[in-house]
Amino acid sequence: MSAQDHAGHDHTHGGAAHGSLKGYLIGFVLSVILTAIPFWLVMDGVIDNKQATAVIVMAFAAVQIIVHMVFFLHMTPASEGGWSMLALIFTVILVVIVLSGSLWVMYHLNANMMPGLHEMRQMP
Amino acid sequence: MPESLTKFIFGRLTLESLPLHEPIVVVTFIVVALGGLAVLGAITYFKLWGYLWREWFTSVDHKKIGVMYMALGLVMLLRGFSDAIMMRLQQAIAFNGSEGYLNAHHYDQIFTAHGVIMIFFVAMPFVTGLMNFVVPLQIGARDVSFPFLNNFSFWMTVGGAILVMASLFVGEFARTGWLAYPPLSGIDYSPDVGVDYYIWALQVAGVGTTLSGINLICTIIKMRAPGMTMMRMPIFTWTSLCTNVLIVASFPVLTAVLTLLALDRYVGTNFFTNDFGGNPMMYVNLIWIWGHPEVYILILPLFGVFSEVTSTFSGKRLFGYTSMVYATVVITILSYLVWLHHFFTMGSGASVNSFFGITTMIISIPTGAKMFNWLFTMYRGRIRFELPMMWTLAFMLTFVVGGMTGVLLAVPPADFVLHNSLFLIAHFHNVIIGGVLFGLFAGIAYWWPKAFGFRLDPFWGKVSFWCWVLGFWFAFMPLYILGLMGVTRRMRVFDDPSLQIWFVIAAFGAVLIAGGIAAFLVQIFVSIRRREALADHTGDPWDGRTLEWSTSSPPPAYNFAFTPVIRDNDAWFDMKRAGYRRPLSGFKPIHMPKNTGTGVILAALSVALGFGLIWYMWWLAALSFVCLIATAIGHTFNYHRDFDIPAAEVAQTEEARTTLLAAQG
Repeated sequence: MSAQDHAGHDHTHGGAAHGSLKGYLIGFVLSVILTAIPFWLVMDGVIDNKQATAVIVMAFAAVQIIVHMVFFLHMTPASEGGWSMLALIFTVILVVIVLSGSLWVMYHLNANMMPGLHEMRQMP
Repeated sequence: MPESLTKFIFGRLTLESLPLHEPIVVVTFIVVALGGLAVLGAITYFKLWGYLWREWFTSVDHKKIGVMYMALGLVMLLRGFSDAIMMRLQQAIAFNGSEGYLNAHHYDQIFTAHGVIMIFFVAMPFVTGLMNFVVPLQIGARDVSFPFLNNFSFWMTVGGAILVMASLFVGEFARTGWLAYPPLSGIDYSPDVGVDYYIWALQVAGVGTTLSGINLICTIIKMRAPGMTMMRMPIFTWTSLCTNVLIVASFPVLTAVLTLLALDRYVGTNFFTNDFGGNPMMYVNLIWIWGHPEVYILILPLFGVFSEVTSTFSGKRLFGYTSMVYATVVITILSYLVWLHHFFTMGSGASVNSFFGITTMIISIPTGAKMFNWLFTMYRGRIRFELPMMWTLAFMLTFVVGGMTGVLLAVPPADFVLHNSLFLIAHFHNVIIGGVLFGLFAGIAYWWPKAFGFRLDPFWGKVSFWCWVLGFWFAFMPLYILGLMGVTRRMRVFDDPSLQIWFVIAAFGAVLIAGGIAAFLVQIFVSIRRREALADHTGDPWDGRTLEWSTSSPPPAYNFAFTPVIRDNDAWFDMKRAGYRRPLSGFKPIHMPKNTGTGVILAALSVALGFGLIWYMWWLAALSFVCLIATAIGHTFNYHRDFDIPAAEVAQTEEARTTLLAAQG
């Protein structure tokens, strides 16, 4: 219920295309594949190294996010006159700062301030 | 009544929960109750309830919501300042074995409430109110993007304020400091309702803040008048945009961390406890990821105000508009990279501390650039020393000192000496009072004529100005000195009698500030009495430069009869220079949103929900939650949301303005 309906308001839909059946199908198939592979990796224990498996699963999750944004949210670099892209970049920057910063800070805090914790872990 | 039934109905609320054993609170309650009854009685006597409900409480007009935010901020300022002056008095007399007049239980609540109220319920409503009122007018819009959401956001903020105020007389408030660090705020060490009041008041108000942030971002991005590109936006709109981006990006972190704390307290999880794998340091880390952007949320819009005021009262275009915009954007990003400087001493070590120390110092570069831009705007300008300009100059002198002590604190080794000392207290009051408060007073004096059609009385404004500025310096310079001597914050009694003189000077400063607040209230009262003499019929009393000065004062409900077309920065200055003439005919009906009471109802239900959760009245919490959801869904079926102001009415309003303008000559 916008209070604004004057002329000059029609520039707002900057090329946000709505999806076609084909687009939705491609997205669906891709997301199924991207879900199935991590399940297969974990359930059949394809890779011996557990840490490597975890990293690969995370990578698939990241690709999955992009598939959702492109095929279901119809985000392109040009949608909403570029604002969607800008908001996405800003969000990614902040999320990276917050997550990596917190991990870094908490790692140091735990290492320096909670030595007892590590000694306990080494107990049998 | 059997005990189990009482317990079911009232949860842990008993007669003992009322602080009847605290004479100070009882007297306060009596005074507040009598004052409140007098106000309610007066409203009833003058039959104003219907008027207030129809024209204000249910209004979706961004201007009225802005004014209501300012009123909320002013009321809460009185509460927050009462806490402040009580602390100052306690610290000034608690020497030589004297315990002062506040017991520890009460004193701890006071310093917590002071911080919470001043940040969340004074500074935030003031800043949001100013943005709400000014931004749509500056960009040539008729309202915000989501007018109902705006009304709802306001009432949620009021809901949070009501919960904090309730804690004064029903139960108690947190005794943990304004950020409620665990493990002290955990259920083991704070089993009472204080921290629960804190959590739910901030959660309720936080909903309002986040939604209002989304609303204003949409408004600025989508509803600018044709021709107003991003780089032609007034600087206040730019700083508002950055502020609201910060709000939307950071408040969810606060909501999440308070939810985790609530889970620890209510269902026995161990996120922030000392044992079972919990880690209280994680809380400190997370809350400052919100907390540091928050201080920029508060100051950025005021940087915008100072820019508008400096430019208008120097009669010049703002120096370095582009650099101002980039400085603002850089501050927006950098404000996410510095949070650790609030806990250098927690032990993260040299590499982490140096990184965050350096990022903190870098922030002073864009801020310094702004300071020079204002100076160069004034350089060779024809400066008019009206009230808004006086506040701006006081800001520039005061804020620079606060900024320098901030850079000093950003040096980790120095912070190890000064952490949690009164030096820190002096520093952040230096930037919050010298920046945010002075900016708000500049903004209020500047835009008051726009909101009400008459200027504020300059004499009482100057009295208020000098009381505030001198009061600030008297109140906080002693704290710098005490902090350097090693006095820590939140102390109730002191052993060393040689410190007393400094606390007495600080208390004197607080009294001066009290005079400043009183003079401000007198100024409003006197200005309303003298509104005929102070009236401004032109709509442009300061020879303004941005679009809000092109419409009448107060602006009509629809703001602009025709949407202006923008060709330059300082759109209204450009229009005046180009010999702009108001269109006098050809008016069309104007499509506007309708008032609705749903926002008030939803917020009232949220208060009930919060109250139920605080006191363990589970039936009340469940009932109000169900009603909340039902009302929200019900509102989506309300299709009578808009109406048209008929063309004849628009023509009549504009005709009245033409007559007024003609009378001015």
